[in-house]
Amino acid sequence: MKYLKNVATLKLDTEKCIGCGICLSVCPHKVFDLNPGKVEIIDFDACMECGACMMNCPVEALYVKTGVGCASGIINGILGGGGECCCDKGGICA
Amino acid sequence: MLEEKTCCCSRPALNEDWVIGNVETPAGVIPQVRTLLTKKDKVGAIKVRCAIGRNNYIVTPGLYAAGSPTDESMVFVSANYKLSFDHLRRALDGIDCWILVLDTKGVNVWCAAGKRTFSTDEIINQVIETELLRIVSHHKLIVPQLGAPGVSAVNVRKECGFSVIYGPVRANDIPAFINADFKATPEMRKVQFTLRDRIAVIPVELVIWFKQALGIAVVLSLLSGITHDGYTFTVMPKVFGMVFAGWLTGGAIVPALLPWLPGRSFAIKGLWCAIILWGIFFISKLTGSTMLENSGWLLMLSAIVSFMSLNFTGTSTYTSMSGVKKEMKIAMPIQIAAVIAGLIFIVWGGF
Repeated sequence: MKYLKNVATLKLDTEKCIGCGICLSVCPHKVFDLNPGKVEIIDFDACMECGACMMNCPVEALYVKTGVGCASGIINGILGGGGECCCDKGGICA
Repeated sequence: MLEEKTCCCSRPALNEDWVIGNVETPAGVIPQVRTLLTKKDKVGAIKVRCAIGRNNYIVTPGLYAAGSPTDESMVFVSANYKLSFDHLRRALDGIDCWILVLDTKGVNVWCAAGKRTFSTDEIINQVIETELLRIVSHHKLIVPQLGAPGVSAVNVRKECGFSVIYGPVRANDIPAFINADFKATPEMRKVQFTLRDRIAVIPVELVIWFKQALGIAVVLSLLSGITHDGYTFTVMPKVFGMVFAGWLTGGAIVPALLPWLPGRSFAIKGLWCAIILWGIFFISKLTGSTMLENSGWLLMLSAIVSFMSLNFTGTSTYTSMSGVKKEMKIAMPIQIAAVIAGLIFIVWGGF
C-alpha cells in the first residue's frame, strides 16, 4: 500500500550521514537502505513522516516535518480542538 | 475494575487481577503479572475494539515482573494502554523479564509516540521513579520500534545511562527477536495493514460515525417528507436505509477493500464505492423518480462515503500528514458542496 506521490517532507543530508543504520531499524516502511558507509532513500513515497528516523539519527542527517497523517486530527487542529491528533476526541488512536 | 488509580505513589497496584504475585528487589516489591490472558482480559479487548471504555483502559505506570526476573533480566518498555500492555505480557510468556510501563495517558505506543507522551523524558522519568538502576545490573532497555517517533535513543543514554535497543513492531515477534540475539529481521521492522488489521478497526469506525450518519438521516428524511401534496412520512425508511448503507460502506466496506480500490487518495477510493452503492440503489429504483433526485443521491452518497474514507487515513498505518493535507485541500470543498447540492436536489426533486 502506497500513499500519494512526492509529498513527503523527508530530507537526507548524505554529507552528514555516518552510515550507522539506526534509521533502518526505526523506519516502519523500509524507506532506507544501507550502502557501505552511507544510507540512501530507496522508497521516498512510503515515508509517513512519523519522525522516528530524525529523532534517532545521532548526527542530525535526517529532517522530516512530522505530524499525524489523519484527516480528523487535522480538522480538530483547525477547529482548535487541542492540536492535530485523533486521540483527543475519542478518535481512532487509543 | 481497571480504572482504579493508586492513591499515594507511583508504585503499581498489587491488587489487579492480572497480578499473580510479587518479586522482592533492592528497590522494593515489584508486582508479577500473569502472562496468559484471562477471559476478563479478552472481553476487555473486545469491548475496546468496539469503542466501549477506550479512553479509560489503563494500567498504572511503573515496573512489573514477568516470570521470575533477576538483576540480569531484560527490561521491556510499554505504554499504559491495557491493550498494548496485554499484547506484551502475552508475548513474554515463559520469559523472565521486567516490564517498564510508561504513562502514555492510556494511549497505545505508536499514537503516544506521535503525541510525544511515549517519549525520551517519560522513559527517563520512569527509570528514576522505579529506581531501575537498583534493580538491574545492566543498562539496556528494549523499546518497541513504534515508540521511536517519540524517543531519542541518544538522549536516553545521555540522560540516564540506559541504551535503547529497538524491539520488533509486533510483540508477537519478541521470542524470535530474543532468539536472534536481539536482532529484528526487516520483516519484523515493517508495519503491516492486513485485512485482519483492517477488519479489527471496523467496529470503532462505525461507532465514531454513527451520530453523524444519524444526524444526516434525520435531517434528510424530515426535509424530504415535504411534497406539494403535503407532508408524508413514507419516504423516511428509504432515506434512513440509504444513508446508513452509505455509513456501512464508508465504515466497513472501504476499510476492508482498501488496497484493492483504485487510486492512492482515500477520498477517491471511497468515491468508487459510493458510485457502486448508488448504482445498486438506482437499479433498484430507490434513488427517486426524477433526474434531480437521482443525482442528488449520487452527490449525497459520494460525499458521505468519500469523507468517511478520507478520515480513515488516521486509522491507516501508512499515510503522511503532508499527503493528507494535500488530499483534504482538494477533496473537502468538493465534499461540502456535494452535501449541500445533494440535500437541495433530493428535497426539491421529491417535492
